Amino acid sequence: MLQYVAIILIMLGLYGLLTQRNVIKIIISLNVLEIGLNIFIISVGYVTDGVAPIFTSTYPTNAVAFVDPLPQALVLTAIVIGVGTTALGLALAKNIYNQYGTFDLDEIKGEE
Amino acid sequence: MMLVSVLELILGIFIVVLAFLAINVKSLIKTVMFLSAMSMLSVLAFVMMHAPDVAVTEAVIGSGLVTSLFVFTLLSVRKVERKQ
Repeated sequence: MLQYVAIILIMLGLYGLLTQRNVIKIIISLNVLEIGLNIFIISVGYVTDGVAPIFTSTYPTNAVAFVDPLPQALVLTAIVIGVGTTALGLALAKNIYNQYGTFDLDEIKGEE
Repeated sequence: MMLVSVLELILGIFIVVLAFLAINVKSLIKTVMFLSAMSMLSVLAFVMMHAPDVAVTEAVIGSGLVTSLFVFTLLSVRKVERKQ
């Protein structure tokens, strides 16, 4: 069920990335796309009626159906890399504002 | 089982509406707040798919650190604008 939501989120992120003219809005669209992609990768490893992949005293063996832990490890790395990408984009946006006085890409082209 | 499916449906509708608002609202600070709310709802989605470690990381980093980065960038930029 939630993977359809993830696909809609990826499409919304692409739409915002292609149509918005504000630098902050472009970075926001990139974040929306990243969250949708994370939800999609997690939903790939989901097993129906599975339990969380942690050994507890309730499930001391691996005979029960665990959710696949490999996509969770990948998404855990992808979240941290996404924060790095967002910080780099915001630093570039701040430099653009200091140089041109606006966030809008169309106004930058005419000003120079 | 049926309750979980209905909850997933409601959660999905909320996430999609918040993402649409975050992309299409004019004010920049409202955009950041809508993105933060969407990130908090995605934490609930991760918990529903039995990924608690990813949910904790997303709650701390995605909803706290990213929002503070955006807010600090907007505040510093407004200070520069007011000074000139």
